[in-house]
Amino acid sequence: MAEIEFESEEILREIEEAPSPAALEEIRIRALGRRGALTLAMRELRALDAEARPSAGAALNAAREAITAALGAAEARLSRTVLEERLKRERADTTLPVSFAPEGRIHPISQAFDEVVAIFGEMGFRVVEGPHIEEDFYNFTALNIPPEHPARQEHDTFYFEPRADGTRRLLRTHTSPMQVRTMLKEKPPLRIIVPGRTFRCDHDATHSPMFHQVEGLVVDRETHMGHLKGCLIDFCRAYFGLEDLAVRFRPSYFPFTEPSAEVDIGCSRKGGELKIGKGGDWLEILGCGMVHPRVLENCGIDPGLYQGFAFGMGIERVAMLKYGIPDLRAFYDGDWRWLKHHGFLPLDIPSLVRGSLAGP
Amino acid sequence: MKTTFAWLKTHLDTEALLSAIADRLVMLGHDVESVEDRARPLEGFVVASVLTCARHPDADRLKVCTVDTGRERVEVVCGAPNARAGMKGVFAPPGRVIPRTGAVLKESVIRGVASRGMLCSAYELGLGEDHEGIIELSQEAPIGASYASLLGLDDPLLDVKVTPNRADCLGVRGLARDLAASGIGRLKPLAGTAVPGCFSSPIRVHIEDLSACPYFLGRTIRGAKNGPSPPWLQKRLEAIGLRPISALVDITNFITFDQGRPLHAFDAARVSGDLVVRFGRVGESLPALDGKEYALDPEMTAIADERQVLSLGGVIGGEASGCSEKTTEVFVEAALFDPIRTASTGRRLNIASEARYRFERGVDPAFVESGLQIATRMILDLCGGEASEIVVAGREPEWRRRYLLRAGRVGSLGGLEVGPEESGRLLEALGFSVERRESGDLAVEPPSWRGDVEGEADLVEEVLRVKGYDEIPPLSLSRGEALPRPSLSPQRRRSELVRRTLAERGLVEIVTFSFIARREAELFGGAKPELRLANPLSADLDQMRPSLLSGLLVAARKNADRGFADNALFELGPAYEDDTPEGQRLVAAGLRSGKSGPRDWQNPPREVDFALVKADALAALSAMGAPVERIEARADPPAWYHPGRAASLLLGPKSLGAFGELHPAILEALDLRQKAAAFEVFLDAVPEPRARPRARPLALSPFQPVERDFAFVLDRDVPAQRLFAAARAVDPKLVAQIRLFDVYEGAGLPEGKKSLAITVRLEPQERTLTDSEIEGFSKRLVAAVEKATGGKLRA
Repeated sequence: MAEIEFESEEILREIEEAPSPAALEEIRIRALGRRGALTLAMRELRALDAEARPSAGAALNAAREAITAALGAAEARLSRTVLEERLKRERADTTLPVSFAPEGRIHPISQAFDEVVAIFGEMGFRVVEGPHIEEDFYNFTALNIPPEHPARQEHDTFYFEPRADGTRRLLRTHTSPMQVRTMLKEKPPLRIIVPGRTFRCDHDATHSPMFHQVEGLVVDRETHMGHLKGCLIDFCRAYFGLEDLAVRFRPSYFPFTEPSAEVDIGCSRKGGELKIGKGGDWLEILGCGMVHPRVLENCGIDPGLYQGFAFGMGIERVAMLKYGIPDLRAFYDGDWRWLKHHGFLPLDIPSLVRGSLAGP
Repeated sequence: MKTTFAWLKTHLDTEALLSAIADRLVMLGHDVESVEDRARPLEGFVVASVLTCARHPDADRLKVCTVDTGRERVEVVCGAPNARAGMKGVFAPPGRVIPRTGAVLKESVIRGVASRGMLCSAYELGLGEDHEGIIELSQEAPIGASYASLLGLDDPLLDVKVTPNRADCLGVRGLARDLAASGIGRLKPLAGTAVPGCFSSPIRVHIEDLSACPYFLGRTIRGAKNGPSPPWLQKRLEAIGLRPISALVDITNFITFDQGRPLHAFDAARVSGDLVVRFGRVGESLPALDGKEYALDPEMTAIADERQVLSLGGVIGGEASGCSEKTTEVFVEAALFDPIRTASTGRRLNIASEARYRFERGVDPAFVESGLQIATRMILDLCGGEASEIVVAGREPEWRRRYLLRAGRVGSLGGLEVGPEESGRLLEALGFSVERRESGDLAVEPPSWRGDVEGEADLVEEVLRVKGYDEIPPLSLSRGEALPRPSLSPQRRRSELVRRTLAERGLVEIVTFSFIARREAELFGGAKPELRLANPLSADLDQMRPSLLSGLLVAARKNADRGFADNALFELGPAYEDDTPEGQRLVAAGLRSGKSGPRDWQNPPREVDFALVKADALAALSAMGAPVERIEARADPPAWYHPGRAASLLLGPKSLGAFGELHPAILEALDLRQKAAAFEVFLDAVPEPRARPRARPLALSPFQPVERDFAFVLDRDVPAQRLFAAARAVDPKLVAQIRLFDVYEGAGLPEGKKSLAITVRLEPQERTLTDSEIEGFSKRLVAAVEKATGGKLRA
């Protein structure tokens, strides 16, 4: 026997035309399977003459390679078709709504505190906090407010029942007691701000029995009223985000400062709408002054050597002005709708260097 | 403190415009609350004469008048019964706004007759309640003149907020003095001369306690005729809101506002014997000029005659000795009363009189006699009569004192360099006496009316005030170093992290009052007496809160009432354990009520439960850097929680907070209908990390991790944390994570049992685990868990 009969053309054509992976598999078995045509043909090689064997073997090998390659190509073609058909079936309505908006909010009071701290922090102030239940000494006496002062009467200050020793605790009426506590504890130079709750016997549309203040205190050897002005002008402009905001200082009176001043910022009231900035009108925003020598003395600091300034500011007030919140009482009402509207996102952390202070 | 512009100009010689005066007052420290142009509402309303007045052809009650407005003659239809030819009235041309109604007057045709304007009633102009007839003016009123100026309303009213230290500016003259010192005009000299007495006063004065009333001057004026005061005086008082009463009373009121010097006039005929200034006696009472009767006590300063108390010194006069139209003999009092006693008397009796307002702030001790002389002169001028000699009790208190204003101190404290020469001049303009020293220092004596000046800092303020705070050049604060240091303490930084962590978890921050109703406090751990307000605004706000939960519950209930039943709220604030600084604890508390969220096709909501708030609490603790894996949930929550579905959070023996469903009784007490779960975390109790922990080196294993699932059937009451502790302990190095993926109770399990299914992830560090190693681990884990929990691996 000198030759082996094998025709690959027919098989290659069938592969080309195979309609499905199953049909292709059937062809593969028919050609290359254990009883496949090519497999059987290969077995016949052994029966050939030694001279005829190499050429016959080469022909069969070539046929095998051609079939294998054709199978691979057909398989790729067919799986592409299968994928295409699958993708034709797979569909989603991508217009379905999804929840992505964060639900939580930061209260405007907290946000305003953080903004104030972000600004004064850059000026080297440190935050301190203190007790709400205070003693006469820290809240009044040391601050040069004498016992007969109207602020010490029951219609202004919340008192607790007298203790066994006759003393009465009270709810601090301002954050100023922390000036006293800090000066008694630490040595100058001092640069602190005190955010916190304060309390007064007042409840109407524009007064709440509890509200928040930020107190500021600077004590060293050289700080004077020019620094007080510079510090608060810098603050007001940074806080309201207006570089040319007009800031006015006018004389006023507080028992714990001398000289004292009230600070106004420029605004417009055109058409009954209040707008911070230009407009020729003024809006009172905080009180301040040089620390009264008697207060320094009461706190064990020599007023012959040291001096400085203090200021106090209502947080709700500056928050209302900046964020355009009309009603004070809503701050404490816990109304979900109000909080959603006026609250801040948790990642909205105020920072001067990031430029992430809320705009006016 | 109110004044009109014209009144101010009786003391201040100035060409300045009103706006400039108002601005200067503000910059002197006298905030101008309002400037009211009282003439504006009556602009265009003029004096007119009625030339003819005939019956309306078609209406019995109407008249047709020809009116001369000074500019033209017009016909108007008028219904007033008093309209008649020859009278003068107030005419409003079309286009004017009627003050009472705010309506714009239009030309109209009334029953066929054109009416081109209106004759006005006092009612229509907002000047009175009389709408029966039109205003009738005197024949002298000039036709065409502005009715507002005829009324004296063309004098604008200034309302000035005088700070409590500036008692001297509670008189028009004080404001004028400050303005003059600032260079906007010249202070006019005080007019009038002393009136010598021509008889000896039949009434004398004795003071029992000079600390209550150090100085008292008085004199009798006899033969006076009391009656209405002249129009200029009435207008002045009316302009600032005072009702004219009679000449004698009006004069004392006028001097109170004009000079800041309160006076009192007794009807001398109604005084028996001498006056004694003494303390009140228990049982005494004073029917006062305000129509009320006040009970006196020994703390109050009374002025009495032989029979009864006639007035409360410095506070209010008495009805019995008050001046009336019939008064002919008057005893005028000019005295000084102790500010503190005056204030406390006024406060306790709730009398807010102009006299009290001034005495409690301190009136000029050197202006007692001048005040009395001015009053005498006015009484003689307006009422006639003759004055007695002045009777004196006590003496003028010493008010002279000196302070040094060091050279350069205005600059070093005030930030504005003002030389000693200029400082001296400015102080002198304010009435201070200045002695200039060679060194540049000034020895300064404040004037008698400036009791508020107490030292060098006050003198600096005076110089700056008159120079203007605007002149002080602002200087930015220097930090002294290039970079800022942290401004928050580690504690505050941690609590800020907690705040934003909770918000990030979907909770909305609220702020509620530190005080709550006592009843609510009792629900949350008690209402201690030392935390009870003695003078609360209302019984709802009388107790310092022991917990933040009541505020959260109230907010949730209010939101539910508004239609938002599903709440996720938190507050970060104080709770009060006692009245010491240490008793004030910083707490983060949160409340979830109703459902865990809105209905959503992706994340179906569920009823709120302990697990939601446990996650909140642990997130807060984790944000603070607390060792969360060592925190134990112990089933003994505070009483306001559900006893079976809540727990305390403990770190060793230390309580860090609690979480869980709230007790149904609490929800009922606070009227919340939804299920609610809450947490409290005591931020101060969380131990501070000792130092910033150095990051552990990260070992990334190249070997394949393995996960195996196990389910155990346990008694229902066996806590899961026992299972986890046992599983973790089997091989802590190998076990990277254990997650609970199923909890089951019910069909297929025996009563009282639960099944917990966990996935354990093993991360080998040295080589890939073999099947037999995994098998061995699993056996050890099952054994350990079964031993620790008494449970069985679920088949």
